[in-house]
Amino acid sequence: MKNISKKNLLSALGILFLIALVYAGCNQSKSSLTGDAASQVYVAPGTYDEFYAFMSGGFSGQLTVYGLPSGRKFKVISVFSQNPETSWGYSEETKGMLNTSYGFAPWDDAHHPQLSMTDGMADGRFVFINGNNTPRIAKIDLKDFETTEIIELPNSGGNHASPFVTENTEYIVASTRFSVPIPQDDVPISSYKENFSGSISFVKLDPGTEKMNVEFQIIVPGFNYDLARAGKGPSKDWAFFTSYNTEQAHTLLEINASRNDKDFVAAVNWKLAEKYLKEGKAKTMPAEYYRNYMDEKTHSAVSEKNTQVKVLYPEDCPGMIYYIPTPKSPHGVDVDPSGEYIVAGGKLASVIPVHSFSKMIKAIEDKQFDGEIDGIPILKYDAVIAGEVQNPGLGPLHTEFDDNGFAYTSAFISSEIVKWKLGTWEVVDRIPAYYSIGHLMIPGGDTKKPFGKYVVALNKITKDRYLPTGPELTHSAQLIDISGDKMKLLLDFPTAGEPHYAQAIRADLIIEKAIKFYRIEDNHHPHSIKGEKESKVVREGNVVRVYMTAMRSHFSPDNIEGVKVGDVVYFHITNLEQDWDVPHGFAIKGMNNSELLIMPGATRTIKWEPKKVGVYPFYCSDFCSALHQEMSGYVRVSPANSNVPLAFSLGK
Amino acid sequence: MNHLKKISILFVFVAIGLLIFVACSDNTAQDPSKFSNAKQVENTYGLTDFELVNGIGPIKQKIDLGPIDPALVKKGQEIFDTKCASCHKLDEKYVGPPQRDVYKRRSPEFILNFMLNPEENYKKHPEAKKLLGEYLTQMPNQNLTIDEAKAMLDYFRKVADEK
Repeated sequence: MKNISKKNLLSALGILFLIALVYAGCNQSKSSLTGDAASQVYVAPGTYDEFYAFMSGGFSGQLTVYGLPSGRKFKVISVFSQNPETSWGYSEETKGMLNTSYGFAPWDDAHHPQLSMTDGMADGRFVFINGNNTPRIAKIDLKDFETTEIIELPNSGGNHASPFVTENTEYIVASTRFSVPIPQDDVPISSYKENFSGSISFVKLDPGTEKMNVEFQIIVPGFNYDLARAGKGPSKDWAFFTSYNTEQAHTLLEINASRNDKDFVAAVNWKLAEKYLKEGKAKTMPAEYYRNYMDEKTHSAVSEKNTQVKVLYPEDCPGMIYYIPTPKSPHGVDVDPSGEYIVAGGKLASVIPVHSFSKMIKAIEDKQFDGEIDGIPILKYDAVIAGEVQNPGLGPLHTEFDDNGFAYTSAFISSEIVKWKLGTWEVVDRIPAYYSIGHLMIPGGDTKKPFGKYVVALNKITKDRYLPTGPELTHSAQLIDISGDKMKLLLDFPTAGEPHYAQAIRADLIIEKAIKFYRIEDNHHPHSIKGEKESKVVREGNVVRVYMTAMRSHFSPDNIEGVKVGDVVYFHITNLEQDWDVPHGFAIKGMNNSELLIMPGATRTIKWEPKKVGVYPFYCSDFCSALHQEMSGYVRVSPANSNVPLAFSLGK
Repeated sequence: MNHLKKISILFVFVAIGLLIFVACSDNTAQDPSKFSNAKQVENTYGLTDFELVNGIGPIKQKIDLGPIDPALVKKGQEIFDTKCASCHKLDEKYVGPPQRDVYKRRSPEFILNFMLNPEENYKKHPEAKKLLGEYLTQMPNQNLTIDEAKAMLDYFRKVADEK
């Protein structure tokens, strides 16, 4: 028996050894790379990134979704630009989203993604982004990563200082980079000083309907208002806007807008502005601008034209707005996590000025003014300044923050990120960016509690970083580890369009809410059909409506006859799938717009105007199944005067 | 003693088998062939006897069928028309098999599990594999809730009686 016990003991030891061996073997790939850059950005196949990053598409007009730390690209969200890949702006349902008071605007320049916030923290509900060229703000719903609302801003030109949100997303702020006559008028450009003004818009997000509305605008002197941030914590009732060209030049701004030693940060008390609005201090001004939204039930754009806007003038509203002198054409303005410090990036300045919110309030109380412009008191620089960061690099632009009391400023001309300490204003570290960094982004870096793990450099120039692709190169982003004392470059990754700004959020805040398909029961599109037996083709004069279903792997109907040259054909296609990642595409030979991409449970429509007699094949353009190639059909197009009867079938 | 020794060795082998299974159980370890000599496996497909008859899915025991509920039949028919009829007719072979007699061909639990969990059944269940061999296309998952699937079951019970 003793013998047996020994043997059993040996067996047990053997098992323990095997446990150790097997576990070690399985874990080897996970642990062997610690300490180097590759392991820090390696997200194993099939596993998820820690953060979603939303990077502006710049002149692509779109918004791109990446994972961090891997730098993998997940999705291009169609926003301001027509996108034939998704049929955004081509399908009948989405065309209306691009309506403006200037007509259909199929492109814009998108600069600054901004996540919605609750109590100063990104909440994962929405991401907003500005259209700079034809001033607009878009709202993207993070349940389905689709643009659901676009509002045009009246009285604006160059909507650059936008769309930054207040602490609880009460407002999305915006202002004019390019002043214009308000209201627009036929005046000589040389009458800039007399006739041009700026505007600061407060777009309200209705807490119930979650729809946007231009609640009020503040009409301000005709400077160039460049960037903005709302306050938080103690400064939550305020928003801050940089300005340049206080010289009010209208030509060769490169020289003429750089003469003054100081321009301004405009500090706006939006709570007080709201009060003045309620008290009836606003004037109603005629203005033409559109609000477009996707109706949740019909999945179709609704365009509303607005004809007036409420405006407040500073001279009627004492205490609503102040100017803080700030050196040399300030660009970015960023508020630290505590809400006390307002950091301005003077792009031509040799220091980074940091204003103090509490000193600003005291200076206002003590009337520490240095004159006023159009009813806006100018605060004394020395009465508001908290400190200046010396030797911050050349061309400081933007600042983000970590959770340890440090600030990180991008310096465009010297192409680097400069890390400095809030309070002591000492530079503690710097790292080169490749090349010519514009914005930078720390996940949550504009919130009350940043995740100080990484900073992403968003660079303007790429040059030799990647394999050359002719004169046009993709823009480069760089991921930098900021968890230690020294910043450490981890990864370069290419971006779409031009990434001006980006924001990132912990992935778990979005994953839980993301939907996988649209419930067919909730599809109230007027041309949807709820099943294959409802599929049909209907003629209304020269308009032919095809009510078609898509299901792996056929369309119903798939044979259509009786269409004539001169007809306007609408394919209303309902995707009956109720599964994740099964969109169907639709394309017909000779179409002059784009493919149609239909998400599971949705209905989408594409217009087709056949011009020549013949038989036209159509097919599913998004691979869907093993029999995807079989998912096809024909439309017979007869001469305009033909008597071929309208007919449709499947499987006959 | 020899007997005990054998047991010990067997124990070691089973333990190693289980260990490898547990320690490396990423998604890849789902393949039943990897633990074919483990004790809980009772047939060559790695399925339980219940699963062989009733499919793999959320329905893990026999259900009590009450009388056919006309309200559920109506709801089931609506779901069938919207989400299934692209591929299934009642009386003819189409993309998928005719459905009028499905209630007579399969256990109620199989019908539910196959509607609710087609992907896993296609991977593992011999009946599903047979269907794929015959129809060459997999039935998509239409993400029905269990209640919706039960409504469809009543619809199938009703139409089975009609002919």
